[in-house]
Amino acid sequence: MSITRAMKRYSAFAIAREAMSYHQNWEEAWRSPAPKPKYDVVIVGAGGHGLATAYYLGKNYGITNVAVIEKGWLGGGNTGRNTTIIRSNYLQDPSAAIYEKARSLFEDLSQDLNYNVMFSPRGLLMLAQTHHEVRGYRRTVYANNLQGVATEWIEPKRVKELVPIINLDGPRYPVLGALYQARGGTARHDAVAWGYARACSAMGMDIIQQCEVTGIRSEGGKVVGVNTTKGAIDCGKLGLVAAGHSSVLADMAGFRLPIESLALQALVSEPIKPCMDVVVMANTVHGYMSQSDKGEMVIGGGTDGFNNYTQRGSFHHVEETVRALIETFPMISRLKMLRQWGGIVDMTGDRSPILSKTPVENLFVNCGWGTGGFKAIPGSGWAMAELMARGHSPLTEEFSMYRFREGKFIDESVAAGVAH
Amino acid sequence: MSTRLPKGGRLIDRTKPLNFTFNGRRMQGYQGDTLASALLGADQMLLGRSFKYHRPRGLVASGAEEPNALVGLGTGSRFEPNQRVTTTELFEGASAASQNHWPSLEFDVGAINNTFGRFLPGGFYYKTFMFPRFAWKHVFEPVIRQSAGLGKVPQDRDADRYEYAYGFADLVVVGGGVAGLAAALQAGKEGKRVLLIEQTAHWGGRAPVDGVEIDGRPAEDWVKATVEALGKMANVTLRTRTMASGLYDHGYLLAYERIGDHTPGDGRPRHRLWRIRAGHVVTATGAIERPLSFAGNDIPGVMLAGAVRDYVVNWAVSPGDRTVVVTNNDDAYRTALALTEAGLIVAAVVDARASVTGALPDAVRAKGIRVLEGRGIAKVKGTKRVTGVSICAQAGEGAEIEEIDCDAIAMSGGWSPVVHLWSHCGGKLIWDDARAMFRPDAAKPPTGDDGMSMVTAVGSANGALTADEVLADVAKQMGGKAAKTNSVAEAALEPVWIMPQGAGPQLKMKMWLDYQNDVKVSDVQLAAREGYHSVEHTKRYTTLGMATDQGKLSNINGLAVLSDALSQAIPQTGTTTFRPPYTPISMGAIAGEARGDIFQPLRKTPMDEWHGANGAYFEPVGLWRRTYCYQRPGEGVHEAVNREILNAREKVGMLDASTLGKLIVKGPDAGRFLDMLYTGVMSTLPVGKCRYGLMCNENGFLSDDGVVVRLSEDTWLCHTTSGGADRIHGWMEDWLQCEWWDWKVYTANVTEEYAQIAVAGPNARKVLEKLGGMDVSAEGLPAMEWREGVLGGCRARVYRISFSGELSYEIAVPASEGLALWKALIAAGEEFGVMPYGTEAMHIMRAEKGFIMIGDETDGTVIPQDLNLNWAISKKKADYLGKRAQERSHMASPDRWKLVGLETLDGSVLPDGVYAVADGVNANGQRNVQGRVTSTYYSPTLKKGIAMGLVKHGPDRMGEVIDFPADGGKVFKAKIVDQVFYDKEGAKQNV
Ligand SMILES: Cc1cc2nc3c(=O)[nH]c(=O)nc-3n(C[C@H](O)[C@H](O)[C@H](O)COP(=O)(O)OP(=O)(O)OC[C@H]3O[C@@H](n4cnc5c(N)ncnc54)[C@H](O)[C@@H]3O)c2cc1C
Repeated sequence: MSITRAMKRYSAFAIAREAMSYHQNWEEAWRSPAPKPKYDVVIVGAGGHGLATAYYLGKNYGITNVAVIEKGWLGGGNTGRNTTIIRSNYLQDPSAAIYEKARSLFEDLSQDLNYNVMFSPRGLLMLAQTHHEVRGYRRTVYANNLQGVATEWIEPKRVKELVPIINLDGPRYPVLGALYQARGGTARHDAVAWGYARACSAMGMDIIQQCEVTGIRSEGGKVVGVNTTKGAIDCGKLGLVAAGHSSVLADMAGFRLPIESLALQALVSEPIKPCMDVVVMANTVHGYMSQSDKGEMVIGGGTDGFNNYTQRGSFHHVEETVRALIETFPMISRLKMLRQWGGIVDMTGDRSPILSKTPVENLFVNCGWGTGGFKAIPGSGWAMAELMARGHSPLTEEFSMYRFREGKFIDESVAAGVAH
Repeated sequence: MSTRLPKGGRLIDRTKPLNFTFNGRRMQGYQGDTLASALLGADQMLLGRSFKYHRPRGLVASGAEEPNALVGLGTGSRFEPNQRVTTTELFEGASAASQNHWPSLEFDVGAINNTFGRFLPGGFYYKTFMFPRFAWKHVFEPVIRQSAGLGKVPQDRDADRYEYAYGFADLVVVGGGVAGLAAALQAGKEGKRVLLIEQTAHWGGRAPVDGVEIDGRPAEDWVKATVEALGKMANVTLRTRTMASGLYDHGYLLAYERIGDHTPGDGRPRHRLWRIRAGHVVTATGAIERPLSFAGNDIPGVMLAGAVRDYVVNWAVSPGDRTVVVTNNDDAYRTALALTEAGLIVAAVVDARASVTGALPDAVRAKGIRVLEGRGIAKVKGTKRVTGVSICAQAGEGAEIEEIDCDAIAMSGGWSPVVHLWSHCGGKLIWDDARAMFRPDAAKPPTGDDGMSMVTAVGSANGALTADEVLADVAKQMGGKAAKTNSVAEAALEPVWIMPQGAGPQLKMKMWLDYQNDVKVSDVQLAAREGYHSVEHTKRYTTLGMATDQGKLSNINGLAVLSDALSQAIPQTGTTTFRPPYTPISMGAIAGEARGDIFQPLRKTPMDEWHGANGAYFEPVGLWRRTYCYQRPGEGVHEAVNREILNAREKVGMLDASTLGKLIVKGPDAGRFLDMLYTGVMSTLPVGKCRYGLMCNENGFLSDDGVVVRLSEDTWLCHTTSGGADRIHGWMEDWLQCEWWDWKVYTANVTEEYAQIAVAGPNARKVLEKLGGMDVSAEGLPAMEWREGVLGGCRARVYRISFSGELSYEIAVPASEGLALWKALIAAGEEFGVMPYGTEAMHIMRAEKGFIMIGDETDGTVIPQDLNLNWAISKKKADYLGKRAQERSHMASPDRWKLVGLETLDGSVLPDGVYAVADGVNANGQRNVQGRVTSTYYSPTLKKGIAMGLVKHGPDRMGEVIDFPADGGKVFKAKIVDQVFYDKEGAKQNV
């Protein structure tokens, strides 16, 4: 179906046209409607995953009587706080399948949404700095080739060509090579949320911001609606896509989720002229860095060692991360940290997401993306929509919440210390 | 023109001129100048170009809030981009260069964006650059990146060093203005341990500039006396050039001290980062003046009124010859007075308020200066420098009433308290309508670990504006009596968010909110129009407040414009989140001394030096460095490894095994504890014996292995993998402290207390016997037992354990005796052909024997049962960590991949990590797989490739050949075989 039904198309021409009237006539990117009493589908959480789920319900299954309910502002959770790394060089089959689906959807996302999400497949390197890591990444390359994910192992010389500012022979952990995904990269995080929101709104879906879900109603084991700060809303099907707060919502529906919430730290430097055209992750020393289009070096580190819900930066991890990166890129020593922040990540026991049916009929959950779910947004939305519309999806098959009971983990920690 | 005035300047020392260059031009300033005042004194108003439109820009402010004047400072290994000139102290030989232009500051091609500015509204890139598909990455993005990005890229390794320091105080007072000084004085008198920090090099803040008198004497004198008094208090510490950058949970305050920035190369550290545990924090951080939004408010020469005053009074620099003051409050009249005092012309004071009375305006009028009431600026004339202003009615749409020539404009839109530290850790703000400002909400302060307030905001940081109010606020909150000042009554400010009130779109497109990021009033209104209603949406859509000044000037003005566009009250819009640091801090300071060789602690064994002197090729193993192999002159790594293996198999080898984790577990419940930790039974191990053990996590996955030794009735020694010692020790403590806290067990990590040497090979016993002192015979020390004694003069504990398959002893001695024993063994072994071997030889020898290696055969997804290690799992025990997990359906499934040996048909070496394919693809189109290689090596002993791997139903498929596709289409065919390749019967090790 055409998603641009009610949407003025964006283009250079449109900008020129609107410029004539001093941009006074642009329409709203999305409407801000009051909730209706009932929808076919209600999605809780207007993060990337919730919005993408709604979008593909409409686009792929023609389900447009949908509300996306958001307690804050859309895209204001981790979708608007992450370091925007996109890759699909995962080790385990189920992960590679959904992340590669997502990555391939990113390739055309700007055109599909008519919103420039600035997907930049600039290439991504994971440095190997111990022999153990070399073996792990070689294994990943073999796995990826069989999974249809294009990655390769590259030698230090090629690493230096791709990353001229890198220091290959640091005194402690010389770079022994890298796992390279040429079509990994970054995108503009806010634009992903905004682009999906605009397209959903154009399909007639309601995005209801500043509206918190406070209760979930079910009858005879079937979900029938939610209570919110803007009143009760009935629904045929309910999708919980609330990242770090998923366990709180599951509790409202009467079941438990194996999720822990931790703060993950990130920071940016002041902007400088372009000096690094790829994304580099260094897992031995634990840090990763890319350069934004504005010129800031975007740096990510680890999670705090304690559970919490405050979306604050703490300092200890920043220290470790910056040290590691100065060893890897000595020139950043004379840059300055402009801003640091934290986001609450939803971690499962095996660090892989949950896309699943639940003990409550017609209630589905999509969460547990933890430190690395930005890259998955289109694929996750695609698969979740299929799961909600058809009752099953090959992409979500292995990500059931019941896998923990069976011991059927999808553990990626093998491939990378932390998966961003 | 801006010039240095013939007299005045409270901060400069005219007897000490300093030379510096700007864009290669030689200039001169004085000791006490900032780079900003020196540049201004040398008539350099044009200092940079903006981010998006490359507009010419000059100084706006005099402190940390400056958005425009960023330069590249220094050269080579001391080059630093984006240095704010207002906070850079001038030093002899400083060299600065402007940024973000090509080819030159005066003529910048990028300014073409300015001409087309109309076509580049806020958020325009989201709406375009989408076709053709590849063009974003290959055409548009590179162009955008090149034109953005401000400063140049440092090229060299940083020549400076940085320090950490730790501080503790009952009270940290942040800000050395009169509020901070008064607060520190009061707390100091009460005997508290006080730390007072000030970001600039000077005490006193604004008061001395503003003509304040305290207790009947000039503020200058009061400040001097107070600092002196504080200096005499033993319980008070004073630190200038120290900026509180962030406040974190539980009163953890980070402060950034700039030690050597103004004396580069003098050997001192450049910055020192203070981590301070503060009992309580007082923020006396003052307030920042707001610009006014009128068309052309970004043209060089338009400055904040307070900053103009600073330049005149502090540094005797006049920003212009003829200044127009534009304001919505009384404070800016002080600037008019300061300018006249300095002999400069004030063309007019343009006041947006309809009628202006009061002491300050009267004083200005008395000087013969015109005060235009109810007026605003419609437009600033000039491009690279202000040439005049067009005056209009504030209430109108901008029709010109008159034009006034001038070369500088001093503007004031009111003041915003600096609430960053208050907000970093959860303090809330309230909107003060009368003063048009957000100030700390004393009812909702940031709280510490005890749930009590941990911050008190005082003075201007708390919304107090006049000196009287400020000192009264300090006295009210800190105690003591407020000093008297000469403050005069000031009339209320009138909020002015747009000038003039009814400006049309054309004017709004020229009203800058965020100077550095080029965000204008029209952009914020566009964002509101397009549905980006949340202040966070607007910020992100327009980039308002996201520049290197973090919106210190633009945020409040921007959200007022947004509120207006949404027809809602300002507090309803709210602020964006305040994030540390307050002003940017260097990465170098964050890393501190941890760089280069000491980036992380390097752990060396007691024999490390010997290895280094004997051709060691080192590899990192956790924080340790271990010898991978010992290369002889001209020998490659592989040859060395092969030689070491053959020698150990045929004669005798020695391995430095000191890194092996050694954990003591002791106490009445130690046996019971170890029975829970290991899959096997350790409580029944007799004293004097050793037993191999496996540890799993709660999910059942194998996490570590090693030999457990019973030292005495209540003491065990657990060997862990080298990389695992700290982790496993933490794991033990986790269980003991959190779950089994009532069990009587004590643990200690003694890894570094001992040096450990493995002597392995047919001649091993002979070597030990030659050293003498202990019975190491087959009977005296049977396999899997240990003895204590003196070996070759060293106090030793000798274990008969083997990881190589050879007759092997592991000898532990106190670390201090390790090197002596190592040398003694080398000497004693000479006649038996001893050679040291490294970790790679160890790995290969264990693989030849089919022994598993944590991290190779395991990867966090493997359970012991997968590795045919059922023999090491007790069937009798009721429980152990991981047992219940291993009983889950998928864990017990017969379809799990199991460990086998793999041998290529042609003897070649299987690549590391390759997968064995099965027929067909899965539901997601991925090729089906049935196994993978976990370890693979060339075996010099067997002269062929050997491997271990996990294969579906593997042990039932012996002899079957499976396919491993590898690089470049090559397929390896490998036969499934027993995992033990060498000496299956164990004949060599049990002698
Ligand atoms: C610092 C940091 C760096 C990261 N870096 C990367 C990276 O480089 N690459 C990558 O792929 N991933 C990264 N991630 C992870 C990624 O950001 C997340 O996995 C992803 O954004 C999650 O999206 P989401 O839609 O599931 O969650 P969110 O964006 O958090 O959305 C969940 C939404 O649910 C709403 N909600 C919650 N409870 C309720 C309720 N009761 N009622 C209504 N609404 C509710 C929330 O307000 C929120 O908007 C990073 C994360 C962080 C914090």
